Amino acid sequence: MTFQNVGQHISHQFDEDLESTRNKVLNMGGLVEKQVENSLLALVNSDSSLAEQVAMNDYQINSMEVAIDEECNHIIALRQPAASDLRLVMAIIKTITDLERVGDEAEKIGKYAIDLATEERNEKYFAELRHMGEQVKSMLRNTLDAFARMDVSSSYQTAASDKKINEEYDAITRKLIKLMTEDPSSVQRALRVMWCARALERIGDHAKNICEYVIFAVEGKDVRHTSFKQALAEFKSRS
Amino acid sequence: MTMDAPAISDQVLQGRTTKRLEDEEICMQCKDFSLYYGDKQALFDINLEIPARRVTAFIGPSGCGKSTLLRCMNRMNDLIDDIRLNGELILNGQNVYHRSVNVTDLRRRVGMVFQKPNPFPKSIFENVAYGLRLQGINNKRELEDRVEWSLKRAALWEEVGDRLQENAFELSGGQQQRLVIARAIAIQPEVILLDEPASALDPISTLKIEELIFELKSQYTVVIVTHNMQQAARVSDYTAFLYLGKLIEFGATDKLFTNPSEKQTEDYITGRYG
Repeated sequence: MTFQNVGQHISHQFDEDLESTRNKVLNMGGLVEKQVENSLLALVNSDSSLAEQVAMNDYQINSMEVAIDEECNHIIALRQPAASDLRLVMAIIKTITDLERVGDEAEKIGKYAIDLATEERNEKYFAELRHMGEQVKSMLRNTLDAFARMDVSSSYQTAASDKKINEEYDAITRKLIKLMTEDPSSVQRALRVMWCARALERIGDHAKNICEYVIFAVEGKDVRHTSFKQALAEFKSRS
Repeated sequence: MTMDAPAISDQVLQGRTTKRLEDEEICMQCKDFSLYYGDKQALFDINLEIPARRVTAFIGPSGCGKSTLLRCMNRMNDLIDDIRLNGELILNGQNVYHRSVNVTDLRRRVGMVFQKPNPFPKSIFENVAYGLRLQGINNKRELEDRVEWSLKRAALWEEVGDRLQENAFELSGGQQQRLVIARAIAIQPEVILLDEPASALDPISTLKIEELIFELKSQYTVVIVTHNMQQAARVSDYTAFLYLGKLIEFGATDKLFTNPSEKQTEDYITGRYG
């Protein structure tokens, strides 16, 4: 896999270093995706042993973050990357931070799933979580695809889908507040469900961040904290 | 979370990134400037504006014309036979190749420092005082003041202030280079041209020269040719990338090294060229 349509470096070792680091990010992304998927499975199936496994596996993601960080330090110190190389390395450093946080959110969901598994199930809210979970999983997958292909267009689209996840989160929150007001005995359970929804919503935010890093790496355009709508409109008018 | 955070204004975004050429006072200007060595064209229609009191770096592979262009700026190329020029090279409103221009006077206004330090076989003091004496300054007190001022500006005074009568060749390479820079600024030029000023020096001396270049730009327009791209990125405000005698890209250094507009520039600065 090569980055954009630029040629090879004169130093093959540099190409190999960059490529190997990028591949490690993709592996890390794969693992994070698996963790999110398992945490959701554990949640909706009340599978506490799978939930424990998710909570146990998070250390792998953390150690990958540390290893990739170190490789990036190495590249900066030895190669002094410039232009697109520099932007790629910066994007990688930021991406792995967000991926690690997604891993943390999956771990949280795993832990809530263990608690929820012992309680009486309220199918209605699980259905809502399942639906939101599917959206988040799909957004995460599209994000990792966009990163792998350094695809700006799909990054814009994927980042825009965060809005739907936020709406879903708001809807779940409203329903849970209603439930808690009507039935105070449900507060503990409802709060756990809400924290799960919150964790899913955060995963969407992290995925959006990663999309923004891809746009930065490829186009050199920093779309963070700008009006995303405007950035998207500009991109569409250019392409 | 559904609410969009207030957008950061464009002004803030621009302010944090780069200088803008439009805002600069222009010191030198190339207009459709071409140069031929015999039949061989070395520079092709260069259009370039060099901002005053800023550092402008020329980068590009060997033979791309960057030194040739630099040497035109104080007419060092006049000594080469069979050279032909088209277009204009303007220094503060005056074409430096105009018949009326006195070349000696031009070189006083546009000083130059070369890759290898070339002090005169004289004392440290006399090296710096040389240009001043040529200008007719012979008052001992004034010479001493000007030499001290120049050596201080060139960050050399602390190292040589107590041994000004020693031969310049006794200085280290890095010190000799700073001495040559002191000699160049003693006569208070408008522009200082630096042709690979640090390529023959060790890393510490190189950093001292870079520090000095940074100081110099408060008062002088500095143009530097360098093969060391990190050096260009560190010291310059604006960078021009030349390739095969053509100006490929010219702009703020920050922008050029993080997000160049031209693919050729990108390939060169990321080490993909070749």
